[in-house]
Amino acid sequence: MGTVGNPMIAMAPGQKTGELGVAVTTLEEALEWVAAWGRTRAMWPLLFGLACCAIEMMATQASHYDLSRFGMEIMRASPRQADLMIVAGRVSRKMAPVVRRLYDQMTEPKWVIAMGDCASTGGVFNNYAIVQGVDEIIPVDVYVSGCPPRPEGLIEGILLLHEKIRKGTRSGSSR
Amino acid sequence: MAIREGEVQEFTLEQLKHLVSERALRGETILLNMGPQHPSTHGVLRLLVELDGETIVSVVPDIGYLHTGIEKHCEHRTYTKIIPLTDRIDYLSPMSNNLAYVMAVEKLMGVEVPLRAQYIRVILTELQRIASHLVWLGTHALDIAAMSVFLYCFREREMILDIFEMVSGQRMMVSYFRVGGLWRDVPEGFEEAVRAFLKLMPARINEYERLLKKNPLWLRRTKGVGVISPEDAIAWGVTGPSLRGSGVNYDVRKAQPYSSYDHFEFDVPLGENGDVYDRFMVRIEEMRQSLRIIDQALRRLPKGPYITPDRKVTPPPKEELAWSMEALIHHFKFWTEGFSPPPGEVYHAVESPRGEFGVYINSDGSPRPRRVHFRAPSFVNLQALPIMAKGSLVADLVAIIGSIDIVLGEVDR
Ligand code: SF4
Repeated sequence: MGTVGNPMIAMAPGQKTGELGVAVTTLEEALEWVAAWGRTRAMWPLLFGLACCAIEMMATQASHYDLSRFGMEIMRASPRQADLMIVAGRVSRKMAPVVRRLYDQMTEPKWVIAMGDCASTGGVFNNYAIVQGVDEIIPVDVYVSGCPPRPEGLIEGILLLHEKIRKGTRSGSSR
Repeated sequence: MAIREGEVQEFTLEQLKHLVSERALRGETILLNMGPQHPSTHGVLRLLVELDGETIVSVVPDIGYLHTGIEKHCEHRTYTKIIPLTDRIDYLSPMSNNLAYVMAVEKLMGVEVPLRAQYIRVILTELQRIASHLVWLGTHALDIAAMSVFLYCFREREMILDIFEMVSGQRMMVSYFRVGGLWRDVPEGFEEAVRAFLKLMPARINEYERLLKKNPLWLRRTKGVGVISPEDAIAWGVTGPSLRGSGVNYDVRKAQPYSSYDHFEFDVPLGENGDVYDRFMVRIEEMRQSLRIIDQALRRLPKGPYITPDRKVTPPPKEELAWSMEALIHHFKFWTEGFSPPPGEVYHAVESPRGEFGVYINSDGSPRPRRVHFRAPSFVNLQALPIMAKGSLVADLVAIIGSIDIVLGEVDR
């Protein structure tokens, strides 16, 4: 089903992305550029699944879709070692404080991807039990639509996040 | 205990009084929290483990972290619109959930399902069983540190998901079955795709088995671990492979055949010792039996309609809308209002990959059910965890959780 819609992100190898020629004026800027580049090359997502979307997240990591092509294969079970939280699934009212605590325990800089309709908006479950979008409790950087999103959808969301980091947009700054 | 929003729920000693041993209250044993975010609890299960050194004294599961309110949600959906909700209960086997639900409604309304639809339902639910067991095997092996099995299992699972996508347009949340039959007939190329899968799979199952069955590490981690006796298993209402691992021959497909399962020949694999290893072997063997069923159903797949002609539960065919005013009105009424089963109650169970998945519907004669309840096998099987885990080492807990094959979406619903 749905995917996040920027077809420009998945570029052919060797294609100019337009960022390589960034004119760097100060040393500070240069260092920031290098740091952002590094962050996108080795992101450690938090090993943490909630519901159905987590199965698609596992499929994304497994052999067929092979998330390690994007330097993302190391999932950390401890929030202290992770810098990306993929909220894969519906967040219940009982789980919400736990998600918040996990987010607080992650070290800066950190990013959040809301994977799936439930995490983004509550999805089909507009009822008493489900948090209507995880952005009620934590800031979200990228929303991936679909119920569940196809692995390609998640990958595109991740690439979108990489682009966001390279551009230097701060976590949660859009809110 | 009420949960206040914004707070992680903590236990007080008072609440734990009859759940853990007296020694824990005196502080002689350790109380350890496991989950809800833990790589091996298969979702958001939280366990409170009482340890004496490394030995488990008691385990207290704390569930509800994925409570979705699906049963309540069903009460204000029409009968057709509940089908997508059933997908999301046990998200590893949407086909079985769909089947249990539509068959319950069919029972309530006395609808006959064409044979072709029944056979296709059998093929798809058996494919679903294999897909679900593959996820189970992959994650279970991953928990006991066998990484490659996970990669192999997910490779084969993709083939099944491709078939599902072919028939329903979705990889996981299929919502393909309808009251009275199917959403549409299977597309061209379906039979070839299933045949290709049937051809490839037996060798692959042998491969998984070879990878693990003679592996000394695997044997030491699974043999004699997490034992449950047949008596205990029955007493706690355990069903599915977890029950059959203890040697109890109960399979809903054989005990109360539905959807023409009695037309096919298959065996019910049984274990002997009721340990983690036997449950593992039962599931591996079940995959082979599923292949057998699919093969028979595919070879004997009859031609004919894929959904009942009963206009009470099926919308009129699209072509008719162009020339028939009545059909147009009926179409409109069907999708806005839905259909109304007679008042009464019904229970129907199917053998899902995890055990007896049952649906109870209470109808008051309106287009929406008064009450829907799902008998979730994971929820019931989870009760047996404290018994299986008692007395074993803390490291074995992970193997035991994996061997019951719970899906938290189903436990909490
Ligand atoms: S978005 Fe869909 S697939 Fe994902 S958790 Fe919600 S219901 Fe499940």
